[in-house]
Amino acid sequence: MEFAELIKTPRADNVVLHRPFYLAVEGTLCLTGHHLIFSSRRQDNAEELWLLHSNIDSIEKRFVGSLGTIIIKCKDLRIIQLDIPGMEECLNIASSIEALSTLDSVTLMYPFFYRPMFEIVEDGWRCFLPNEEFELLSSVTDEWRLSCINKEFSVCPSYPPVVIVPKSIDDEALRKVAMFRHGSRFPVLSYYHKKNGMVMMRSSQPLTGTNGRRCKEDEKLINATLRPGKRGYIIDTRSLNVAQQARAKGGGFEQEVHYPQWRRIHKCIERFNILQESLIKLVEACNDQSHNMDRWLSKLEASNWLTHVKEILTAACLAAQCIDREGASVLVHGTEGTDSTLQVTSLAQIILDPRCRTIRGFESLVVREWLQAGHPFQQRCAQSAYSNSKQKWEAPVFLLFLDCVWQILRQFPCSFEFNEQFLIMLFEHAYASQFGTFLGNNENERSKLKLPQKTMSLWSWVNRSEELSKFQNPLFEANSLVIWPSVAPQSLQLWEGVFLRWNRPSKFLDEAHEEMINIIKYNKELQAKVNALRRQLAQLQTVDRMQENL
Amino acid sequence: LEFILTTKQEQVKLLDRFSTSNKSLMGTLYLTATHLLFIDSSQRETWILHHHIAAVEKLPLTTSGCPLVIQCKNFRIVHFVVPRERDCHDIYNSLLQLSRTAKYEELYAFSYNPKQNESEQVKGWQLIDLAEEYKRMGVPNANWQLSDANRDYKICETYPRELYVPRTASKPIIVGSSKFRSKGRFPVLSYYHKNKEAAICRCSQPLSGFSARCLEDEHMLQAISKANPSNRYMYVMDTRPKLNAMANRAAGKGYENEDNYSNIRFQFVGIENIHVMRSSLQKLLEVSGTKGLSVNDFLSGLENSGWLRHIKAVLDAAVFLVKAIAVESASVLVHCSDGWDRTSQVCSLGALLLDSYYRTIKGFMVLIEKDWISFGHKFSDRCCQLDGDPKEISPVFTQFLESVWNLTEQFPQAFEYNEAFLLQIHEHVHSCQFGNFLGNCQKEREELKLREKTYSLWPFLLDERKKYQNPLYNADFSPELTLLEPNTVSFNFKFWRNMYHQFDRSMHPRQCVFNLIMNMSEQNKQLEEDIKELEAKIKQRNGQSSAVPVKEHQQSAHPAPVALKTPPSFQKEQPLIPVNDAVRTIEGSNTADNRYSEFVAEFSKAEPAVVSLEYGVARMTC
Repeated sequence: MEFAELIKTPRADNVVLHRPFYLAVEGTLCLTGHHLIFSSRRQDNAEELWLLHSNIDSIEKRFVGSLGTIIIKCKDLRIIQLDIPGMEECLNIASSIEALSTLDSVTLMYPFFYRPMFEIVEDGWRCFLPNEEFELLSSVTDEWRLSCINKEFSVCPSYPPVVIVPKSIDDEALRKVAMFRHGSRFPVLSYYHKKNGMVMMRSSQPLTGTNGRRCKEDEKLINATLRPGKRGYIIDTRSLNVAQQARAKGGGFEQEVHYPQWRRIHKCIERFNILQESLIKLVEACNDQSHNMDRWLSKLEASNWLTHVKEILTAACLAAQCIDREGASVLVHGTEGTDSTLQVTSLAQIILDPRCRTIRGFESLVVREWLQAGHPFQQRCAQSAYSNSKQKWEAPVFLLFLDCVWQILRQFPCSFEFNEQFLIMLFEHAYASQFGTFLGNNENERSKLKLPQKTMSLWSWVNRSEELSKFQNPLFEANSLVIWPSVAPQSLQLWEGVFLRWNRPSKFLDEAHEEMINIIKYNKELQAKVNALRRQLAQLQTVDRMQENL
Repeated sequence: LEFILTTKQEQVKLLDRFSTSNKSLMGTLYLTATHLLFIDSSQRETWILHHHIAAVEKLPLTTSGCPLVIQCKNFRIVHFVVPRERDCHDIYNSLLQLSRTAKYEELYAFSYNPKQNESEQVKGWQLIDLAEEYKRMGVPNANWQLSDANRDYKICETYPRELYVPRTASKPIIVGSSKFRSKGRFPVLSYYHKNKEAAICRCSQPLSGFSARCLEDEHMLQAISKANPSNRYMYVMDTRPKLNAMANRAAGKGYENEDNYSNIRFQFVGIENIHVMRSSLQKLLEVSGTKGLSVNDFLSGLENSGWLRHIKAVLDAAVFLVKAIAVESASVLVHCSDGWDRTSQVCSLGALLLDSYYRTIKGFMVLIEKDWISFGHKFSDRCCQLDGDPKEISPVFTQFLESVWNLTEQFPQAFEYNEAFLLQIHEHVHSCQFGNFLGNCQKEREELKLREKTYSLWPFLLDERKKYQNPLYNADFSPELTLLEPNTVSFNFKFWRNMYHQFDRSMHPRQCVFNLIMNMSEQNKQLEEDIKELEAKIKQRNGQSSAVPVKEHQQSAHPAPVALKTPPSFQKEQPLIPVNDAVRTIEGSNTADNRYSEFVAEFSKAEPAVVSLEYGVARMTC
């Protein structure tokens, strides 16, 4: 298919662009296969807007006489309006945008066409490989092994080719366990807590069904992670009720009789359309400036967004607490083990492991616990808050995770190497990107799409010093402690950087932030200078003393 | 002292206010003449000023003892458990007596001795000079003059002696107008805007009933509008909801009839009365004090309390006032019922938005002295300084501070002062430790001889100004008389956690960027000094390299953080947000603080061995 077929009017002049808090700008609108480009084309104050079609969540058109108006709502929650003279042009442009923003073939997406204009220092596709992770692990414990059982994605389609499992469990047993777990997602290592050797594993639900099927290998596998005489916790991210209902569909949960050394805790974390609805309602509330106080608060409440944030954080804190405080190992799962499970395991690591609070460590976490672990990004992030499609598989699972990270970052602003912008950037790229990182739903699909060969990795771009400097937190000071966030409602806040980003002028806040950074920079300069002068003085003094002694 | 039935009580438990598992600290409780003191087993002190106590409640006896809950005016809530009921009863009765004062002379301010000599005391009181302030605004001038009508408080007891009025308002007009205004509070100048030549005036409601009018009052308003050469029209802002104002007519009060006054534009702005505000705050505190609160209960409680709606209403009113002056150059007369609550809020916030001087530390003190203290906001009644009518209590001033805090959040560089300054002022409005806020009006304060018998708060705050300075403040951000235009869309108003949970440290960020930046910018000044000094020394040495070197004390590579010197007596009851920490403190290493799950409680019973409850506070030096 040629993109040209979809673009009947590639260019329109005298288009007026409206954005909140900016003056309207007149200019030229161009459509390419992947971008909507608006340029004011003025010599003195050229303004350009490049918008990826894949970033467009929905579009509306209106006509007043022959003047058409297109309202474009983006996945990053921005809303812009274009006034286009000429009914035909406007209709053409609208239908092109509609078609180009909803391409159904992944290989037509921009990452397959994008040619980077920067020098690649380090190929992001080759970073964060499971082997490296395992090497780190091997240096502290020999109780685990790398299994290549899934090399051809033959055992579990949503797992990566290699996984870390207890050494005492052989591949044959793993195969049996895979049969006993939803989507074959058998328990694998998610995190090893060096401090006390406790571990966090994740899986999908066991397929116990109504007649209480059991699997000796499964029991053996997870028991293999326990210390003698110690107990473990299974954190089921569903309510007991939901977990019980799952039995009717062949799923279920670990029965006490068969797992006597494990205690099950149910923590209800919502999924799918409930989350999507929540996002839609929240964004609706944030976008309406006319709400009076009562309405705003009741809309914020009705969205339930912060309730989800609190639930997820609480479950993650609980997992971390079991590991660090109770000295117990933990297994986390929900139904498929691809959504709420990953929220919990990844947040728990941020709480427990200082490495995950560095930029590289966080990237590695996203790769391990989201991309390789098989969170279906392509399905979940197909649409954002303005979608009308209401597909069951669309859900802001990853955005919620980022929101939770932001909440912890706010409470421990010096303990993270990255800043809020880094999280916002990940949100944007998960939904629309020139990079291939978040395409596909799992490693299996990614390898079929040959993403590493055909597209650029987000990490190749981010991990260059020019880009990194934007995402570094000037206050960062490595903190080796476990950080326990407060989950009281009074401590949780609306993530303004995402949800109010386009709804209020941020000039004063930005300037204040800049000033803050200046103070920090100045402080470092002064410190350096004082130290240099002291050294100089000390040298002079030694010279003097030597002369004196002579 | 005769009230203190027991001065020391051992084996008292201090419960964590929000803990679902009844986590507690064991310690000893002391009652002194002025404070309640609790020292826990790790020697941490909790000081509570008796005047700060809003309510003491004795709960039914439990197996572990007799619970005693103390609610403070600074929103601290402490929950003690005293082993024996009789002892608890004694403490309860003592506190009841100690926290209720019948006479001003028994308030802490009259016994508080900060070791200042007499001349320092006098100088302290002279720090804020309102005559000087009016001069700064540009009055008296061709249109405005100082009136001596109220020199002996004969016309209005609750106004200050010195009042500024239009030159054309003669004494008979003033007298006539005052008789037509509730409590004699006739229209006077509150703020004069030099560039626009427009004024903010304030008064109380007219005694208009359904049809009464008063020529002098009409003249008075005309005089105000004529005093403004740029715009003959003036606004009259009634800050009450229209319904309330109409109801007042039945009692012979009410609002201005536009037909009777020439050139006025009348406007209601709908701020609720003191009773609505009191119960709103009550509801807010009930919600925020709930154990195991869910997000939705918090948000719906916040909504139902109406608190943020009221804060928005106050700020919206100020924005309206400011627009009239800044855009139309029109003068504005503001009133409510008596003109000492809502009127003070709106006039002071309006001035704060218009004039950057009030966004400085000194300027903010002046603003409070002018619009709140001198114009007779009834601090004593509103803050319940003496045992009195509970229906007079209302958080009107707290709302003013909260509105200012909201502005500092929107304009982080426009204010010289920080949140700690606002919290400290709030603390002392209720502490009765200084004379400034005692009593209801200036006349009363003079009768109490506060200037001789007590101390002024302001010099103490200025001494500690390092703690209250906003490191991001940019004086150029708002040159003089530059308008702040706040955005009052609902989502900009946030729950003020640092006010209402000031003492619930587990709820706050464990690392505070603001304090860090504050310390850093303080350290920067010190470093600049160090550099100068070092450079001078090096220069000196290079110049006299052959001379006999002076043995110098080698300094350490890292400069010591600047210690803040303050009188200890002023320090002790102010934990506030910990602004003086030069180290980054990471707290919350105890998961039980955070109440993730009730399961810990259940579990620890089954397996007490696995639950570790050490309280870890990690410290990292800067």
